[in-house]
Amino acid sequence: MNEGLLGRRVGIALGWAALASLVVLGVLGLVVAPPDAVQGDAQRLMYLHVPAAWLAYLAFGVTAVASALYLWPRTRSVVWDRVAGASAELGVLFTGLTLVLGSLWGRPVWGIWWAWDARLVTTAVLFFLYVGYLALRRIPGAGREKRCAIAALIAFVDVPVVHFSVEWWRTLHQQGTVFNEELSAQIHGKMALALWWSVLAFTLLYVYLLDRRYRLEALDADRDERELERAIAERLAEAEPARVEAGARS
Amino acid sequence: MNLWQEARLVAAKDLRIEARSRVTMYQILPFGAIVLLLFAFALDPDRGVLARVAPGLFWVAVLLAALLAVSRSFAIEAANSARDGLRLSGLDGSAIFLGKAGAVALELLALEVVLGTGVALLYDVEFHSPALLVLAAVAATAAVAATGTLYGVLAAGLRVRETLVPVLLLPVVAPVMLGATRACEAAVAGVPSDGWPWVALLALVAALYTGVGMLAFGTLLEET
Repeated sequence: MNEGLLGRRVGIALGWAALASLVVLGVLGLVVAPPDAVQGDAQRLMYLHVPAAWLAYLAFGVTAVASALYLWPRTRSVVWDRVAGASAELGVLFTGLTLVLGSLWGRPVWGIWWAWDARLVTTAVLFFLYVGYLALRRIPGAGREKRCAIAALIAFVDVPVVHFSVEWWRTLHQQGTVFNEELSAQIHGKMALALWWSVLAFTLLYVYLLDRRYRLEALDADRDERELERAIAERLAEAEPARVEAGARS
Repeated sequence: MNLWQEARLVAAKDLRIEARSRVTMYQILPFGAIVLLLFAFALDPDRGVLARVAPGLFWVAVLLAALLAVSRSFAIEAANSARDGLRLSGLDGSAIFLGKAGAVALELLALEVVLGTGVALLYDVEFHSPALLVLAAVAATAAVAATGTLYGVLAAGLRVRETLVPVLLLPVVAPVMLGATRACEAAVAGVPSDGWPWVALLALVAALYTGVGMLAFGTLLEET
Protein backbone atom coordinates (compact mmCIF):
# COMPACT_ATOMS: atom_id res chain seq x y z
CA MET A 1 0.00 0.00 0.00
CA ASN A 2 1.92 3.00 -1.21
CA GLU A 3 -0.21 5.86 -2.40
CA GLY A 4 2.00 8.83 -1.78
CA LEU A 5 2.26 11.76 -4.13
CA LEU A 6 5.88 10.92 -4.63
CA GLY A 7 7.47 7.52 -4.69
CA ARG A 8 8.24 5.93 -1.37
CA ARG A 9 11.98 6.36 -1.72
CA VAL A 10 11.70 9.95 -2.90
CA GLY A 11 9.51 10.66 0.12
CA ILE A 12 12.01 9.23 2.56
CA ALA A 13 14.94 10.97 0.87
CA LEU A 14 13.02 14.22 1.03
CA GLY A 15 12.44 13.75 4.75
CA TRP A 16 16.14 13.35 5.38
CA ALA A 17 16.95 16.29 3.13
CA ALA A 18 14.45 18.46 5.03
CA LEU A 19 15.91 17.40 8.37
CA ALA A 20 19.50 18.01 7.22
CA SER A 21 18.65 21.43 5.80
CA LEU A 22 16.91 22.39 9.05
CA VAL A 23 20.05 21.43 10.98
CA VAL A 24 22.13 23.53 8.59
CA LEU A 25 19.61 26.35 9.06
CA GLY A 26 20.13 26.09 12.81
CA VAL A 27 23.87 26.55 12.34
CA LEU A 28 23.46 29.35 9.81
CA GLY A 29 20.86 31.20 11.84
CA LEU A 30 22.39 30.80 15.28
CA VAL A 31 26.13 30.79 14.60
CA VAL A 32 27.09 31.99 11.14
CA ALA A 33 24.73 34.97 10.80
CA PRO A 34 25.74 37.93 12.96
CA PRO A 35 23.30 39.36 15.51
CA ASP A 36 21.36 42.37 14.28
CA ALA A 37 22.89 45.75 15.09
CA VAL A 38 19.65 47.10 16.57
CA GLN A 39 17.63 44.08 17.61
CA GLY A 40 20.40 41.79 18.76
CA ASP A 41 19.67 38.09 18.92
CA ALA A 42 15.90 38.53 18.75
CA GLN A 43 16.24 39.22 15.06
CA ARG A 44 17.29 35.59 14.54
CA LEU A 45 13.61 34.70 14.75
CA MET A 46 13.43 36.07 11.24
CA TYR A 47 14.94 32.83 9.93
CA LEU A 48 11.83 30.98 11.13
CA HIS A 49 9.16 33.68 10.91
CA VAL A 50 9.76 34.75 7.32
CA PRO A 51 9.94 31.26 5.75
CA ALA A 52 6.86 30.20 7.74
CA ALA A 53 4.89 33.13 6.30
CA TRP A 54 6.23 32.41 2.83
CA LEU A 55 5.25 28.76 3.06
CA ALA A 56 1.78 29.61 4.36
CA TYR A 57 1.09 31.60 1.19
CA LEU A 58 2.57 28.84 -0.97
CA ALA A 59 0.42 26.23 0.77
CA PHE A 60 -2.80 28.23 0.28
CA GLY A 61 -1.82 28.83 -3.34
CA VAL A 62 -1.40 25.07 -3.83
CA THR A 63 -4.81 24.50 -2.19
CA ALA A 64 -6.42 26.96 -4.60
CA VAL A 65 -4.75 25.44 -7.68
CA ALA A 66 -5.60 21.88 -6.60
CA SER A 67 -9.21 22.90 -5.92
CA ALA A 68 -9.48 24.51 -9.35
CA LEU A 69 -8.04 21.36 -10.92
CA TYR A 70 -10.63 19.31 -9.05
CA LEU A 71 -13.48 21.52 -10.27
CA TRP A 72 -12.27 21.44 -13.87
CA PRO A 73 -14.04 18.35 -15.28
CA ARG A 74 -11.10 17.20 -17.39
CA THR A 75 -8.66 17.08 -14.50
CA ARG A 76 -11.13 15.98 -11.82
CA SER A 77 -9.53 13.42 -9.57
CA VAL A 78 -9.64 12.60 -5.89
CA VAL A 79 -5.88 13.27 -5.95
CA TRP A 80 -6.50 17.02 -6.23
CA ASP A 81 -9.01 17.00 -3.40
CA ARG A 82 -6.50 15.32 -1.13
CA VAL A 83 -3.69 17.65 -2.19
CA ALA A 84 -5.95 20.64 -1.45
CA GLY A 85 -6.82 19.32 2.00
CA ALA A 86 -3.26 18.36 2.91
CA SER A 87 -1.89 21.68 1.73
CA ALA A 88 -4.56 23.71 3.55
CA GLU A 89 -3.74 21.92 6.78
CA LEU A 90 -0.06 22.77 6.37
CA GLY A 91 -1.02 26.32 5.44
CA VAL A 92 -2.95 26.71 8.68
CA LEU A 93 -0.01 25.21 10.56
CA PHE A 94 2.47 27.63 8.98
CA THR A 95 0.10 30.59 9.43
CA GLY A 96 -0.28 29.73 13.10
CA LEU A 97 3.49 29.41 13.36
CA THR A 98 3.93 32.78 11.66
CA LEU A 99 1.57 34.42 14.15
CA VAL A 100 3.17 32.83 17.20
CA LEU A 101 6.74 33.51 16.05
CA GLY A 102 5.82 37.05 15.03
CA SER A 103 4.32 37.61 18.45
CA LEU A 104 7.44 36.27 20.16
CA TRP A 105 9.56 38.52 17.98
CA GLY A 106 7.33 41.53 18.54
CA ARG A 107 7.58 41.34 22.31
CA PRO A 108 11.32 42.17 22.64
CA VAL A 109 11.46 44.44 19.57
CA TRP A 110 8.21 46.42 19.75
CA GLY A 111 7.55 45.79 23.44
CA ILE A 112 4.12 44.28 22.71
CA TRP A 113 2.79 40.85 21.79
CA TRP A 114 0.33 42.09 19.22
CA ALA A 115 -0.04 45.23 17.14
CA TRP A 116 -2.90 46.19 14.84
CA ASP A 117 -0.53 46.27 11.98
CA ALA A 118 -1.82 45.49 8.50
CA ARG A 119 0.23 42.33 8.06
CA LEU A 120 -0.69 40.94 11.45
CA VAL A 121 -4.40 41.50 10.96
CA THR A 122 -4.33 40.09 7.43
CA THR A 123 -2.50 36.98 8.65
CA ALA A 124 -4.95 36.49 11.50
CA VAL A 125 -7.96 36.74 9.16
CA LEU A 126 -6.22 34.34 6.77
CA PHE A 127 -5.77 31.89 9.62
CA PHE A 128 -9.49 31.93 10.44
CA LEU A 129 -10.50 31.74 6.77
CA TYR A 130 -8.70 28.43 6.41
CA VAL A 131 -9.65 27.12 9.84
CA GLY A 132 -13.22 27.41 8.53
CA TYR A 133 -12.22 25.54 5.39
CA LEU A 134 -10.68 22.73 7.45
CA ALA A 135 -13.86 22.56 9.53
CA LEU A 136 -15.84 22.15 6.31
CA ARG A 137 -13.52 19.39 5.12
CA ARG A 138 -14.24 17.32 8.19
CA ILE A 139 -17.91 17.06 7.33
CA PRO A 140 -18.80 14.01 5.27
CA GLY A 141 -21.71 13.81 2.88
CA ALA A 142 -22.59 13.78 -0.79
CA GLY A 143 -20.59 16.17 -2.94
CA ARG A 144 -18.07 16.85 -0.20
CA GLU A 145 -15.12 17.22 -2.56
CA LYS A 146 -16.87 19.71 -4.79
CA ARG A 147 -18.19 21.70 -1.84
CA CYS A 148 -14.72 21.93 -0.34
CA ALA A 149 -13.14 22.91 -3.65
CA ILE A 150 -15.60 25.77 -4.10
CA ALA A 151 -15.07 26.91 -0.51
CA ALA A 152 -11.30 26.89 -1.02
CA LEU A 153 -11.64 29.10 -4.08
CA ILE A 154 -13.94 31.54 -2.26
CA ALA A 155 -11.41 31.77 0.57
CA PHE A 156 -8.61 32.34 -1.90
CA VAL A 157 -10.53 35.10 -3.69
CA ASP A 158 -10.97 36.76 -0.31
CA VAL A 159 -7.24 36.88 0.47
CA PRO A 160 -6.44 39.95 -1.70
CA VAL A 161 -9.65 41.65 -0.50
CA VAL A 162 -8.62 41.19 3.12
CA HIS A 163 -5.05 42.22 2.41
CA PHE A 164 -6.04 45.33 0.48
CA SER A 165 -8.73 46.53 2.89
CA VAL A 166 -6.62 46.02 5.99
CA GLU A 167 -3.57 47.64 4.41
CA TRP A 168 -5.73 50.59 3.48
CA TRP A 169 -7.26 50.80 6.92
CA ARG A 170 -3.91 50.99 8.68
CA THR A 171 -2.25 53.39 6.25
CA LEU A 172 -5.24 55.72 6.42
CA HIS A 173 -4.84 55.95 10.15
CA GLN A 174 -1.18 55.77 10.95
CA GLN A 175 1.57 56.46 8.54
CA GLY A 176 5.19 55.53 8.98
CA THR A 177 4.84 53.75 12.30
CA VAL A 178 7.54 51.76 14.03
CA PHE A 179 5.97 48.65 12.59
CA ASN A 180 7.47 49.14 9.18
CA GLU A 181 8.80 45.91 7.83
CA GLU A 182 12.44 45.60 8.78
CA LEU A 183 13.02 43.49 5.74
CA SER A 184 12.89 46.52 3.49
CA ALA A 185 16.20 47.56 4.98
CA GLN A 186 19.02 45.98 3.06
CA ILE A 187 20.43 42.84 4.51
CA HIS A 188 23.73 41.52 3.41
CA GLY A 189 25.88 38.50 3.07
CA LYS A 190 25.48 35.97 5.83
CA MET A 191 22.07 37.18 6.94
CA ALA A 192 20.73 36.94 3.41
CA LEU A 193 22.27 33.49 3.04
CA ALA A 194 20.59 32.28 6.22
CA LEU A 195 17.26 33.77 5.11
CA TRP A 196 17.36 32.15 1.68
CA TRP A 197 18.47 28.89 3.19
CA SER A 198 15.56 29.01 5.64
CA VAL A 199 13.11 29.35 2.74
CA LEU A 200 14.72 26.37 1.03
CA ALA A 201 14.65 24.26 4.22
CA PHE A 202 11.00 25.11 4.92
CA THR A 203 10.02 24.38 1.33
CA LEU A 204 11.61 20.93 1.58
CA LEU A 205 9.80 20.40 4.87
CA TYR A 206 6.54 21.49 3.26
CA VAL A 207 6.86 19.12 0.31
CA TYR A 208 7.80 16.27 2.64
CA LEU A 209 4.86 16.92 4.99
CA LEU A 210 2.49 17.34 2.02
CA ASP A 211 3.49 13.93 0.76
CA ARG A 212 3.06 12.36 4.21
CA ARG A 213 -0.29 14.03 4.79
CA TYR A 214 -1.49 12.97 1.36
CA ARG A 215 -0.45 9.39 2.04
CA LEU A 216 -2.29 9.47 5.36
CA GLU A 217 -5.44 10.68 3.66
CA ALA A 218 -5.22 7.96 1.04
CA LEU A 219 -4.75 5.35 3.77
CA ASP A 220 -7.67 6.80 5.69
CA ALA A 221 -9.96 6.52 2.68
CA ASP A 222 -8.70 3.00 2.09
CA ARG A 223 -9.40 2.01 5.70
CA ASP A 224 -12.92 3.47 5.53
CA GLU A 225 -13.60 1.40 2.44
CA ARG A 226 -12.27 -1.80 3.99
CA GLU A 227 -14.24 -1.26 7.17
CA LEU A 228 -17.38 -0.74 5.15
CA GLU A 229 -16.73 -3.94 3.22
CA ARG A 230 -16.08 -5.85 6.43
CA ALA A 231 -19.26 -4.51 8.02
CA ILE A 232 -21.28 -5.53 4.97
CA ALA A 233 -19.70 -9.00 5.02
CA GLU A 234 -20.52 -9.32 8.74
CA ARG A 235 -24.15 -8.35 8.21
CA LEU A 236 -24.41 -10.81 5.35
CA ALA A 237 -22.90 -13.56 7.51
CA GLU A 238 -25.43 -12.75 10.23
CA ALA A 239 -28.28 -12.89 7.78
CA GLU A 240 -27.12 -16.15 6.23
CA PRO A 241 -28.10 -18.60 9.06
CA ALA A 242 -31.40 -16.78 9.47
CA ARG A 243 -32.14 -17.22 5.80
CA VAL A 244 -31.19 -20.90 5.93
CA GLU A 245 -33.46 -21.34 8.92
CA ALA A 246 -36.30 -19.56 7.17
CA GLY A 247 -35.73 -21.74 4.14
CA ALA A 248 -35.85 -24.91 6.26
CA ARG A 249 -39.11 -23.84 7.87
CA SER A 250 -40.93 -23.01 4.69
CA MET B 1 -38.54 33.98 -18.43
CA ASN B 2 -35.27 35.81 -18.28
CA LEU B 3 -32.79 35.86 -15.40
CA TRP B 4 -34.30 38.89 -13.67
CA GLN B 5 -37.84 37.59 -13.82
CA GLU B 6 -36.73 34.27 -12.36
CA ALA B 7 -34.74 36.02 -9.64
CA ARG B 8 -37.73 38.22 -8.82
CA LEU B 9 -39.88 35.13 -8.55
CA VAL B 10 -37.55 33.51 -6.01
CA ALA B 11 -37.13 36.75 -4.05
CA ALA B 12 -40.90 37.28 -3.99
CA LYS B 13 -41.37 33.74 -2.69
CA ASP B 14 -38.89 34.29 0.16
CA LEU B 15 -40.35 37.67 1.02
CA ARG B 16 -43.89 36.28 0.95
CA ILE B 17 -42.86 33.55 3.40
CA GLU B 18 -41.31 36.27 5.53
CA ALA B 19 -44.46 38.40 5.36
CA ARG B 20 -46.51 35.45 6.60
CA SER B 21 -44.13 34.00 9.19
CA ARG B 22 -42.71 37.35 10.42
CA VAL B 23 -39.53 35.67 11.65
CA THR B 24 -37.32 38.62 10.67
CA MET B 25 -39.67 41.07 12.31
CA TYR B 26 -40.34 39.19 15.54
CA GLN B 27 -37.03 37.40 16.04
CA ILE B 28 -34.13 38.78 14.02
CA LEU B 29 -34.95 42.45 14.49
CA PRO B 30 -35.38 42.21 18.27
CA PHE B 31 -32.14 40.25 18.35
CA GLY B 32 -30.30 43.12 16.64
CA ALA B 33 -31.89 45.62 19.01
CA ILE B 34 -30.90 43.67 22.10
CA VAL B 35 -27.32 43.48 20.80
CA LEU B 36 -27.31 47.30 20.63
CA LEU B 37 -28.59 47.40 24.20
CA LEU B 38 -25.90 44.97 25.35
CA PHE B 39 -23.21 47.18 23.85
CA ALA B 40 -24.50 50.01 26.03
CA PHE B 41 -24.14 47.75 29.09
CA ALA B 42 -20.62 46.74 28.07
CA LEU B 43 -19.43 50.27 27.27
CA ASP B 44 -20.56 52.82 29.80
CA PRO B 45 -22.93 55.18 27.94
CA ASP B 46 -22.04 58.15 30.11
CA ARG B 47 -18.47 58.47 28.94
CA GLY B 48 -19.25 59.16 25.31
CA VAL B 49 -17.66 55.91 24.16
CA LEU B 50 -20.86 54.74 22.51
CA ALA B 51 -21.18 57.76 20.25
CA ARG B 52 -17.59 57.41 19.13
CA VAL B 53 -17.76 53.75 18.23
CA ALA B 54 -21.40 53.69 17.12
CA PRO B 55 -20.73 52.85 13.42
CA GLY B 56 -18.67 49.81 14.40
CA LEU B 57 -21.24 48.58 16.91
CA PHE B 58 -24.00 49.09 14.38
CA TRP B 59 -22.24 46.92 11.80
CA VAL B 60 -21.39 44.21 14.31
CA ALA B 61 -25.08 44.06 15.23
CA VAL B 62 -26.05 43.92 11.54
CA LEU B 63 -23.54 41.13 10.86
CA LEU B 64 -24.81 39.03 13.74
CA ALA B 65 -28.37 39.55 12.56
CA ALA B 66 -27.25 38.67 9.02
CA LEU B 67 -26.08 35.27 10.28
CA LEU B 68 -29.61 34.63 11.48
CA ALA B 69 -31.14 35.94 8.26
CA VAL B 70 -28.96 33.65 6.14
CA SER B 71 -29.69 30.69 8.34
CA ARG B 72 -33.42 31.48 8.08
CA SER B 73 -33.17 31.82 4.30
CA PHE B 74 -32.03 28.19 4.04
CA ALA B 75 -34.10 26.86 6.90
CA ILE B 76 -37.22 27.60 4.85
CA GLU B 77 -35.78 25.45 2.06
CA ALA B 78 -35.02 22.59 4.44
CA ALA B 79 -38.62 22.03 5.54
CA ASN B 80 -40.91 19.88 3.40
CA SER B 81 -38.02 19.10 1.00
CA ALA B 82 -38.41 22.57 -0.49
CA ARG B 83 -34.80 22.28 -1.65
CA ASP B 84 -35.79 19.46 -3.98
CA GLY B 85 -38.62 21.60 -5.25
CA LEU B 86 -36.17 24.38 -5.99
CA ARG B 87 -33.88 21.94 -7.81
CA LEU B 88 -36.75 20.59 -9.88
CA SER B 89 -38.21 24.01 -10.61
CA GLY B 90 -36.12 24.40 -13.74
CA LEU B 91 -35.04 27.86 -12.62
CA ASP B 92 -31.51 28.90 -13.45
CA GLY B 93 -29.02 28.49 -10.57
CA SER B 94 -27.78 32.08 -10.95
CA ALA B 95 -31.37 33.34 -10.81
CA ILE B 96 -32.11 31.40 -7.62
CA PHE B 97 -28.92 32.83 -6.12
CA LEU B 98 -29.84 36.39 -7.08
CA GLY B 99 -33.37 35.91 -5.79
CA LYS B 100 -32.38 34.49 -2.43
CA ALA B 101 -29.54 36.97 -1.94
CA GLY B 102 -31.88 39.80 -2.96
CA ALA B 103 -34.48 38.76 -0.42
CA VAL B 104 -31.85 38.56 2.33
CA ALA B 105 -30.50 41.97 1.29
CA LEU B 106 -33.98 43.56 1.43
CA GLU B 107 -34.62 42.10 4.86
CA LEU B 108 -31.25 43.35 6.09
CA LEU B 109 -31.84 46.83 4.65
CA ALA B 110 -35.15 47.05 6.51
CA LEU B 111 -33.36 45.90 9.65
CA GLU B 112 -30.63 48.50 9.14
CA VAL B 113 -33.17 51.31 8.90
CA VAL B 114 -34.65 50.33 12.27
CA LEU B 115 -31.29 49.64 13.95
CA GLY B 116 -29.81 52.83 12.45
CA THR B 117 -32.64 54.86 13.97
CA GLY B 118 -32.02 53.02 17.22
CA VAL B 119 -28.32 53.89 17.13
CA ALA B 120 -29.09 57.55 16.41
CA LEU B 121 -31.49 57.74 19.35
CA LEU B 122 -29.84 55.46 21.90
CA TYR B 123 -26.20 56.34 21.28
CA ASP B 124 -26.83 60.01 20.50
CA VAL B 125 -25.25 60.03 17.04
CA GLU B 126 -25.90 62.59 14.32
CA PHE B 127 -25.58 61.58 10.70
CA HIS B 128 -24.21 63.88 8.04
CA SER B 129 -23.79 63.09 4.33
CA PRO B 130 -26.85 60.82 3.98
CA ALA B 131 -25.93 59.88 0.40
CA LEU B 132 -22.66 58.30 1.55
CA LEU B 133 -24.42 56.54 4.38
CA VAL B 134 -27.13 55.06 2.17
CA LEU B 135 -24.77 53.95 -0.60
CA ALA B 136 -22.31 52.42 1.87
CA ALA B 137 -25.15 50.54 3.56
CA VAL B 138 -26.53 49.28 0.23
CA ALA B 139 -23.12 48.12 -1.02
CA ALA B 140 -22.18 46.48 2.28
CA THR B 141 -25.57 44.77 2.52
CA ALA B 142 -25.27 43.45 -1.01
CA ALA B 143 -21.83 42.06 -0.18
CA VAL B 144 -23.01 40.42 3.04
CA ALA B 145 -26.14 38.99 1.40
CA ALA B 146 -24.14 37.57 -1.53
CA THR B 147 -21.46 35.92 0.63
CA GLY B 148 -24.06 34.77 3.14
CA THR B 149 -26.22 33.14 0.48
CA LEU B 150 -23.18 31.47 -1.03
CA TYR B 151 -22.10 29.94 2.28
CA GLY B 152 -25.72 29.28 3.18
CA VAL B 153 -26.20 26.94 0.23
CA LEU B 154 -22.76 25.43 0.80
CA ALA B 155 -23.80 24.33 4.27
CA ALA B 156 -27.51 23.87 3.57
CA GLY B 157 -27.63 20.09 3.40
CA LEU B 158 -25.37 19.55 6.38
CA ARG B 159 -26.44 18.72 9.89
CA VAL B 160 -23.91 21.15 11.39
CA ARG B 161 -24.99 24.15 9.32
CA GLU B 162 -25.92 26.39 12.26
CA THR B 163 -22.40 26.28 13.66
CA LEU B 164 -20.60 26.02 10.33
CA VAL B 165 -22.01 29.12 8.61
CA PRO B 166 -20.67 31.65 11.16
CA VAL B 167 -17.16 30.22 11.18
CA LEU B 168 -17.05 30.25 7.37
CA LEU B 169 -18.84 33.54 6.82
CA LEU B 170 -17.40 35.89 9.43
CA PRO B 171 -13.74 35.85 8.26
CA VAL B 172 -14.85 36.37 4.67
CA VAL B 173 -17.02 39.37 5.52
CA ALA B 174 -14.42 40.88 7.88
CA PRO B 175 -13.25 43.31 5.16
CA VAL B 176 -16.89 44.29 4.47
CA MET B 177 -17.37 45.08 8.13
CA LEU B 178 -14.15 47.13 8.06
CA GLY B 179 -15.14 49.09 4.96
CA ALA B 180 -18.72 49.70 6.06
CA THR B 181 -17.59 50.94 9.47
CA ARG B 182 -15.02 53.33 8.01
CA ALA B 183 -17.50 54.70 5.46
CA CYS B 184 -20.14 55.27 8.15
CA GLU B 185 -17.58 56.90 10.43
CA ALA B 186 -16.76 59.32 7.63
CA ALA B 187 -20.48 60.04 7.21
CA VAL B 188 -20.95 60.63 10.93
CA ALA B 189 -17.86 62.83 11.14
CA GLY B 190 -19.05 64.82 8.11
CA VAL B 191 -15.98 64.16 5.95
CA PRO B 192 -17.53 62.20 3.07
CA SER B 193 -14.34 62.31 1.00
CA ASP B 194 -12.82 59.76 3.43
CA GLY B 195 -15.77 57.45 2.91
CA TRP B 196 -16.14 57.19 -0.85
CA PRO B 197 -13.09 54.98 -1.47
CA TRP B 198 -14.54 52.51 1.02
CA VAL B 199 -17.89 52.55 -0.76
CA ALA B 200 -16.04 51.72 -3.98
CA LEU B 201 -14.30 48.82 -2.23
CA LEU B 202 -17.61 47.56 -0.83
CA ALA B 203 -19.22 47.75 -4.27
CA LEU B 204 -16.29 45.80 -5.71
CA VAL B 205 -16.60 43.09 -3.06
CA ALA B 206 -20.36 42.90 -3.63
CA ALA B 207 -19.84 42.53 -7.39
CA LEU B 208 -17.09 39.93 -6.85
CA TYR B 209 -19.16 37.68 -4.60
CA THR B 210 -22.31 38.13 -6.64
CA GLY B 211 -20.29 36.89 -9.61
CA VAL B 212 -18.83 33.94 -7.70
CA GLY B 213 -22.27 33.11 -6.30
CA MET B 214 -23.93 33.15 -9.71
CA LEU B 215 -21.27 30.79 -11.03
CA ALA B 216 -21.22 28.37 -8.12
CA PHE B 217 -24.76 28.34 -6.78
CA GLY B 218 -26.26 25.97 -9.34
CA THR B 219 -23.55 23.36 -8.75
CA LEU B 220 -23.85 23.66 -4.99
CA LEU B 221 -27.61 23.34 -5.09
CA GLU B 222 -27.64 20.40 -7.48
CA GLU B 223 -24.75 18.30 -6.35
CA THR B 224 -24.27 18.73 -2.66
